[in-house]
This record gives sequence, structure tokens and C-alpha cells, in this order.
Amino acid sequence: MTSLIWLAIALPLASAAILLCLGRRADAWGHWMGVAASGGAFLVGLGALIELLGKAAEDRAVDTTLYTFIPGGDLHVDVGLLADPLSITFVLLITFVGTLIHVYSVAYMEHDPDRRRFFAYLNLFVAAMLLLVLADSYLLLFVGWEGVGLASYLLIGFWNQKREYATAANKAFFVNRVGDIGLIIAMGLMFTSFGALDFATVAEQAPSATTAQLTAIGLMLLVAACGKSAQFPLQSWLGDAMAGPTPVSALIHAATMVTAGVYLIVRSAPIFDGAPDARVVVAAVGAMTLLLGAFIGMAKDDIKKALAASTMSQIGYMMLAAGLGPIGYAFAIFHLVTHGFFKAGMFLGAGSVMHGMKDQVDMRRFGALRGAMIVTWVTFGLGWLAILGIPPFSGYFSKDKIIEAAFVGEGWQPWVFGGAALIGAGLTAFYMSRLFFMTFHGKARWTDDQHPHESPALMTVPMIILAVGSAFLGLFLAVGDRFTHWLEPVTGHAEHHDPVLPIPVLIAATLTLVVIGAGIAWVKYGRADVPEEAPAASLATLTARNDFFQDSVNRAVFQRPGQHLTRTLVYLDAAVVDGAVNKQARGWAGLGEASRRLQNGQVRTYAATMLVGLVILAAVIVVGGL
Amino acid sequence: MNFVTPEIAWAPLAPIIIVLGAASIGVLIEAFVRTPATRRSVQLVFGLVALVAALGTAIAQWVALDGGGTVVQQFMLTVDRQALAWQTLIVVFGILGLILFASRTRAGESAFTPLGSTAPGSIEETLARRRGFEVTEVFPLLLFAVGGMMLFTSVTDYIFLFVALEVFSLALYIMVALARRRRLMSQEAALKYFLLGAFSSALYLFGVALIYGATTQTSFAAVGRAIDVISGRDALLLAGVVLVLVGLLFKIGAVPFHSWTPDAYQGAPTPVTAFMGAATKAAATAALVRIVYTSLYPLEWEMSWLFWAVAIASMALGTVLALVQTNVKRMLAYSSVAHAGFILVAFAGFTEEAVAALPFYLLAYGLATIGAFAVVSQVRERSEDGAVGAEAVRLGQWAGLGKRSPLLAGAMALFLLSFAGIPLTAGFIGKFEVFSAAVAGGGWPLVLIGVIASAVAAFFYVRLVVLMFLTDIPEGAEDSIEVEDGPLAKLVIVVTAAAVLVLGILPAGLLDVYADAAQFLVLPNG
Repeated sequence: MTSLIWLAIALPLASAAILLCLGRRADAWGHWMGVAASGGAFLVGLGALIELLGKAAEDRAVDTTLYTFIPGGDLHVDVGLLADPLSITFVLLITFVGTLIHVYSVAYMEHDPDRRRFFAYLNLFVAAMLLLVLADSYLLLFVGWEGVGLASYLLIGFWNQKREYATAANKAFFVNRVGDIGLIIAMGLMFTSFGALDFATVAEQAPSATTAQLTAIGLMLLVAACGKSAQFPLQSWLGDAMAGPTPVSALIHAATMVTAGVYLIVRSAPIFDGAPDARVVVAAVGAMTLLLGAFIGMAKDDIKKALAASTMSQIGYMMLAAGLGPIGYAFAIFHLVTHGFFKAGMFLGAGSVMHGMKDQVDMRRFGALRGAMIVTWVTFGLGWLAILGIPPFSGYFSKDKIIEAAFVGEGWQPWVFGGAALIGAGLTAFYMSRLFFMTFHGKARWTDDQHPHESPALMTVPMIILAVGSAFLGLFLAVGDRFTHWLEPVTGHAEHHDPVLPIPVLIAATLTLVVIGAGIAWVKYGRADVPEEAPAASLATLTARNDFFQDSVNRAVFQRPGQHLTRTLVYLDAAVVDGAVNKQARGWAGLGEASRRLQNGQVRTYAATMLVGLVILAAVIVVGGL
Repeated sequence: MNFVTPEIAWAPLAPIIIVLGAASIGVLIEAFVRTPATRRSVQLVFGLVALVAALGTAIAQWVALDGGGTVVQQFMLTVDRQALAWQTLIVVFGILGLILFASRTRAGESAFTPLGSTAPGSIEETLARRRGFEVTEVFPLLLFAVGGMMLFTSVTDYIFLFVALEVFSLALYIMVALARRRRLMSQEAALKYFLLGAFSSALYLFGVALIYGATTQTSFAAVGRAIDVISGRDALLLAGVVLVLVGLLFKIGAVPFHSWTPDAYQGAPTPVTAFMGAATKAAATAALVRIVYTSLYPLEWEMSWLFWAVAIASMALGTVLALVQTNVKRMLAYSSVAHAGFILVAFAGFTEEAVAALPFYLLAYGLATIGAFAVVSQVRERSEDGAVGAEAVRLGQWAGLGKRSPLLAGAMALFLLSFAGIPLTAGFIGKFEVFSAAVAGGGWPLVLIGVIASAVAAFFYVRLVVLMFLTDIPEGAEDSIEVEDGPLAKLVIVVTAAAVLVLGILPAGLLDVYADAAQFLVLPNG
């Protein structure tokens, strides 16, 4: 199956092409073809998994060269796919969660006239994302990287008839561009340092490169990861990206695409291994973002934006883990997988709530929905317990490991990183409980014409399956360190290190903070009445509500000076450059005029031109040949 | 006297014989099938069958010539893999052109005038149109052109090359004159093309005479050997070489022998422009390659001056003039002049890589050209009373085409990006191969100029893309444009677009094939 792994990309890609080309003719059945394509990709991934499991651990990396893009010479470019434990993990996550979300969308988008186009984009996304994780070189990864960016742009702006949605799509696109530049520079540096861009050669050559080179490459990769994964300081687009249909938020902006940055860091382990400074920066960015996202999540009243902030914060955990080096890589991916399940489940739950509440997203107008939608309540509840990290639910196994790993080390690092991770756990418990209680408990604060109802089976079944995953996947993968052993061929074997505090103390401290956070939330939002209008807020709340004024900062630091710079440049261009150009342009225009005069439509002129040309060429040959 | 029956190697000649034979039978079909509508269908099917058969036999012959193998050297012809590579290319362009010739608008209007012999706007013309006449002679004419071009790629004798040149040129002159709309312009273009073509043919013949004078030979190989022997510089020979090359550079459309291109491209019926733009350039390039590599190679040093000068002039002037065009067809014509320059860049250093790179470049260029002109043929003006008229060729009329027909505009954008040489299109690979061949031959300054010219050229290609997709349809002009959807034209657009994309992503297989073709066998006895 690993030799057929290209099928996993080809199926959804072909489906997307067919859906886009056939247009309205495919409206009747297009969505089911989309589901089938994604499901087919999952089966291919499953086949590859079974094949890899049948091999010895060190043989579990199958690199298939599909074809040679540009043969020979200095620039030999192969297009190849790499099936190893890391990429297959992603393939399964993307296609499994993706297929469920496809099914869910069939019902969720039922009344949208453009449902077929939606599925085409969704398939396009799945294909691009699979290309991203299966690529065996940075160059091909970049193709997928741009592909998911394109799909994300198209899907955020899916309802682009609304101006602010189109703006949100543009914003995501522009911010991602900054990250892409990072990846391009990183590739340039790699090419000059190693002379190749495929993972194998880079891994082979990395140990012989200087630390400065590796640090530069690592930092540029981090810029790329920050853009794609909404990490500080490039996180501002994710909240606005919630403008897309909710299944998109679940698949792209929670479970898969936004985690591509973590994938990139883990995949580049050979580079970060030789660049400890870059690793510290990665961990610092992760720690910073995990707190930032948590604070924003505490203040948001829009259910999707609160979940988006939580995604940002959870990816912060993964980045932190990835920045810790070999001891953290496996846990970063572990948390990424469990998070993919519980966060996608919760997003689908939020979509289900919106479905029953006429697209209301303000949590202050929810409340007491437990009675109206029992399935949504249970599935969301399991996701909530998972993200809180209550044993034995999934999040406990993955997040606790990250907290433990963050406390490993010497000097100031374990205390800062570990502290941030620990505090983050408490904050997470608070804001997620706040979200949960405000939505499902307390008194009903619905607007007058609301009649909440449970969603159809096509929506609830995927939610139930994801909820089961949120509950038990962590336990299943953690038993006997199954998952970390599975990833070992890629992430390397990590020696066991003791944290600076004993592990039981850490677990106890985490759980205590979680319980305190959830308790405060219950007192404030579960038991007490929640005002329907947001109360006047303190400066701190206001700051968080406004995403730490990131937009204003961006505007002040980048946009305004950028505008002034462009205006100055335009002025200089008009005054200085154009001055010169105009003089020169007069020359060009003169040339154009002269040639146009020759191109006057008269055959005798044409023939004369040819004759003159002939004479000149004869002169060139005679003179030049001398 | 003792006559020896010549042994004719039929198999290698089969592709050419099939096409030229079919062309002759096509003329008979004109005489014996009376109803115009039936005649058109018969001609189309017959022409397609003949071209597909030619393609099949050419490929079979390719396979038979395993690794160079036996090569026919009769009748001043050489059928080696190089010749077959170019022949298949031209037949493919012929097939696409033939389909495009048969395409019609919704109102059943073909691209050709109903009766070629009538004066534009005369009563006879109106009558002919009303009675449903059709110039179905274009189909055999196209076959003659294809056959002539196939010969042109395989001939190894200066005199016979001239015959082949005239075979396809005469067919082209007639076809250019047959536009249904804007007939005066079409006839003027044909006359200009004919006069200038005759002029260049005369120059070529004069050149051949001078070469014969200097070497007493007319076959490529014998001339090559003779030049080798001539010590010192022979003015007669050099003058002859320049004249011969000028004749070919005229067909390629390189500066300063390009003046016919914009007028002929603009005036010709668009399907003819499509076929001519793609196939003539390929045939002329093939002949140029053969002459330069098998006959004039001893004059490498002298010729490189000529090639460099013409390449630079073509790239620069083609690009600059394309920038200021406001007519889509003229813009594409000047872009073809610039592309002639890029083609000549490959000759820098006369490397073997260039021989392998050029067929791919011409294939990529030809597919995009046919596709782009097929798109042009679908965008029509509509008058206020709703009648669909001539093609809308003013750039301004293309504003917002992406909103009227996203797929058509998307295909056009793809062709333009391929012209510009953007990665993941065939044009990129072609340009990359050609430029690498030039670098390998030490022509890096030429490549530098080529890259700069490409960058400037990207401007006017992208300008059209911007116009189609990012500009709104002008107020009040919503109904002034009609987008046709002739199924045959659509077929051509889809096939060429798919090919441009596939060759951009999976070029390796074909590149290997053309690398095989880059083996010349210089004739042992002329």
C-alpha cells in the first residue's frame, strides 16, 4: 500500500477537479463523491499503516520517487512521497477526521446552493494537506503548504458575498504570506548549505553544518510555522478565519492545517538538533502563545472565536513540546492527534448548536441547551473533559506529558516553560468550562424566536465518533507508550530525564489547578446568572477581548509605516525614478515609434526592412568573423 | 542503357505519403461530393483519419528505428529519429488545427468565407452565404501544408528544401485569405504574406545558388564536407549562407524578418493563425536545426554572430512591441516574435542539448498557441440588435471575461502563463531546457537577456490575465460580448490546456524521448 500512497492524494484531487469542472451538473451527487474520495484516501492510509506495522521499526520509512520533475544537471528535482510513522499518523488523522467532517457537512451545508463547490474545496484541501505531510522534500512540502493556504483562503471566504468574510479570507492569506516567505528563505538557505532539499539529504548533511547556519534555517522554519499555525506574533488571522463555515473551522482551523507548523518543526528535527538556540525560541514562542490564547479565550463571547483562541493555545503547547527537542517531539505529535479529535468534535458541536440556534454564535444568548440537544451536550462534554485533561480522557495523557517534559532541564528554562504550561492548564480549565457552562447550563437566554433542536443523524454520528476518540484515544495510544514507540524511528529515542519537580507533584498540581479553574467557571457562569449583554469590562478583559490589540499593533507597527513607506516610495518613484524613466521612456517611445513607422502596413517598407536586416547581418558575419 | 529499379523504403516514407496522398484525394472529394454540409463532414473525418494514420505510422517508425537504427537516405530525404520527432509534432498540430477549422459558432458560422473568389461585401458573397456555400478546400489545403512541413523537417538537400518550403507556404498563403469576417484585412494580409514570402524564397534560392557556386554541391552533407575543405574565408560561401539562413529566419518570424507576422496573424482566420503559428515555427526550427548541425557546422564561429544578433533583436523588439499592442491577435503575434528569439537562444554554442530541448519547446509553445487562438475564436462581438459578429480582439473587450466564462478565461490564463514560462506549465520546462542548453554552450549573456525579456514579457501576459479576472465588465457593455461554445473548439481548448498542464508537471518522459531524438546521422554519401 505504501507504493500506492499517491492514490491518497490523487483521489481527493481528482474529485475536486471533477466537481469544479462539471459545475451544476454535479450538484445532485457531488457531495457524496467528495465523501467517497476522502474515505478512499483514508483506506489507502489504513493500508499503508498495516504494511508499516508489519515491518521492523527501523524499516518503517518507504520513500517512493513518483517521477523526476527536472532530470539531470545541477538541479535535479524528484517528486517523491515518504511514508513513515510520522507522515502516516498525519494521513490517518487528516483522512479520518476529514471524512467524518465531510459526512457532517453533507447535512450542515444542505441548504447552501453552493454545496458542491464547498466539497470541491474541501477535497482540494485534503489533497493538498496530504501532499504536505507525504512529501519527501521541502520543495514538494511547499507545494502542499501553498495548496492548503489556497484551500483555506477559498473556504474562509466561502461566503464572500459578505464583505467582512472576504476581508477575513484576505487577512489569513496575507499573514500566511509572511510565513511562506520564511519557508522560502529557509529552503534557499538549505539549498546553499546542503545542495538539496529532500529530507534524507538534509538529515544526512545537517550534522556537518555550522550552528549558525542551522540556527538561521531553524528560525526561518519557525517563521513559517508561526504563520501557518497561528503562533505569536502571526496569530491574528485565526480568529477572523472563523468566518468560514463551521466544518471548515473544525477540519482546517482546528484539527489539521493549523498543526502543519508543528509538523514542519518535528520533521526538521535534524536541523533543530544542531541548533539549540533556535529550539529555545520555538519553545518560547509556544509558551507565549499558549498563555496568550488562553487569555483571549477567557474573554470571548463568540463561541467559535473562543474555540479558535483555545486552538491557538493548544498549538502553543505542541510548539512548546517541539521546542524541547527529542524529549518533546513525540508528545507534540501525540497532543496534536488527541487535540485533532477533541477540538474537531467540539467545533462540530458548536456547529450543531449554531444549526439549532439559527447561526447564533453569542454564548450570552445560549444557556440551558442541555435539554434541547442531548447528543451535542454529551459529545461536547467528552471533548471538554478531554481538553481539561481529566483522567482518563485523551487530553490527560498528552498534555500532562508535555507539562512534565517542560519541567525537564537546567537553569531558568524548566521553571519558565513548565510554569507557563502549568498555569496554562488552569486557564484552559477556566475558559473551556466557561464556554461549556454558558452554552449548555444555566438559564435559557435565547432570543425570542429560537427553538433549539437536535441536529440530524448525519451530523450527530460524526460527533459521536469523534467524542469516542476524545474519550479513549489517549488511553489507547498511551498504554505501554505505544505511540511514542511508533514514532521513534522519526523522532529518535529520547533518554528519560527527571523533571525538576517529582512527577506525582506535577500531576497533583495540574489537576488542582484544573479543578480550581473549572470551579471558578461553575460559580461564575454555571450557577450564577450570565448577563445577556457583556458587562463593562476591566482593562485586562478588554485587552483580551480585543486579541491583545494585535490588530492595532499590526496596524501601528506594520500597516501605517508600510503605507507611509509605500507613499514615500510612490512619491520618490514619481519624482526621481519616473523622471529618469520618462526620459528613457521617451527613448523607448521613440524606438516604438520608429518600429511602428516601419510596421506601417506597406509591403515595400517590410521588404526594405528585410533587405536592410540582411545587409546588416551579412556585415555582422563578415566583420564578426574576422 | 541500363536502368536500375530504385529500391524505395516505403515504411519510413509512409507518414508523408499518407498525408500528401490524403491531400490529393481531398481535392477529389471537393469535386465529387456535391452537398456542402456533407462535404465538410467527409473532409473532416477523412482528414482526421489520414493524420491519425500518419501519426501512427510515424510512431511505429520511431519504434522501428531502435536507437538510431537504419535511416532512409533516398530522394534527398533522411528519416531519422530527429525527423520523426518533428513530424509527429507537426501532425499533432495538424490534427488540432483541423478540428479547429471545422468549429462553428452557435449560428452555424464557420471561420471561412463561403466563396473565396468573391469580392468582400459583393452581392455574390451574400448569395453564396445564403445558399450555404463553404470553402471546404481548407481541409485538403491544411493537409498539403502539413505534408509540406513534414517534408521540410526531413529533407537533406538545399534544392528539395525549397520545394518543401513552397509546398506548405502556398497552402498557407491561400488559407490566410479566407477569413469570413474582416475579409479585406484578410486578403491584404494574404497578399503581404505572399509577396514577402516570395521575396524571402528568392533570397533563399539565391543563397543556394551562391553556395552551389562555392562548393558545387547541394546536399547538406556534401556542402558540409566541402566547407570543411575550403580554407580561408570565401565571400561567396558566406553570402550564400547568410541568404539561406535569412530564408529560414523569415519563416520562424525573427527580427528583422518578422514584419509579416503581426499583419498575417491578425488578418488570417483565427483557426489558420493557430495552426500556422504553431506548425510553421516548428517546421522552420526543425529545418534550421538540420541545416546548422549537418551542413553549416564548420561555420559555427561566423554563424554564432548572426544567431546572437537576431536572437537579441527578436527578444527585445518582440517584447517591446507586444507591450504597446491593444489587439489580442497582434499581441500574440509579437509574442511569437519574442519566442522566435527564445528559440534562437538555444543555438548559442550549438550544443547537443539544444537539439533535445527544441522539440519540447516548440511543442509547449505550439500547444499554448493553438489553445490561445482557439480561445480568441470563441470571444465574439455582439451588436445592439443581438447579432453575433466578428471576434472581439480589442484588449478592452476582454475586461471581465473571467466573469462571463470562468473556464474559458481560466484556460486562456493557463496558456498565457505558459507563454510567460511560469512553473508547472509546459512553457516553463521548455524555457528552462532551452536556456540550460544555451548556458551549456557558453551563451550565458544571451540567457541573461532572455530572462530579462521573459520578465518584461510576463508583464503583458499577466496584464491580460488581470484584465480578464480582476477588472469588472465595463458599465453598459454587459451585452456587447458573446462567448461562443463550439464543441470542437472547446475540445481543442480542453486538450491543449490539459497537455500544457501535464507537460508542466510530468515532463520527464517526453524529455527523455527528445533526448533520444538528438542524434544526427550525417550522410556518408551525398
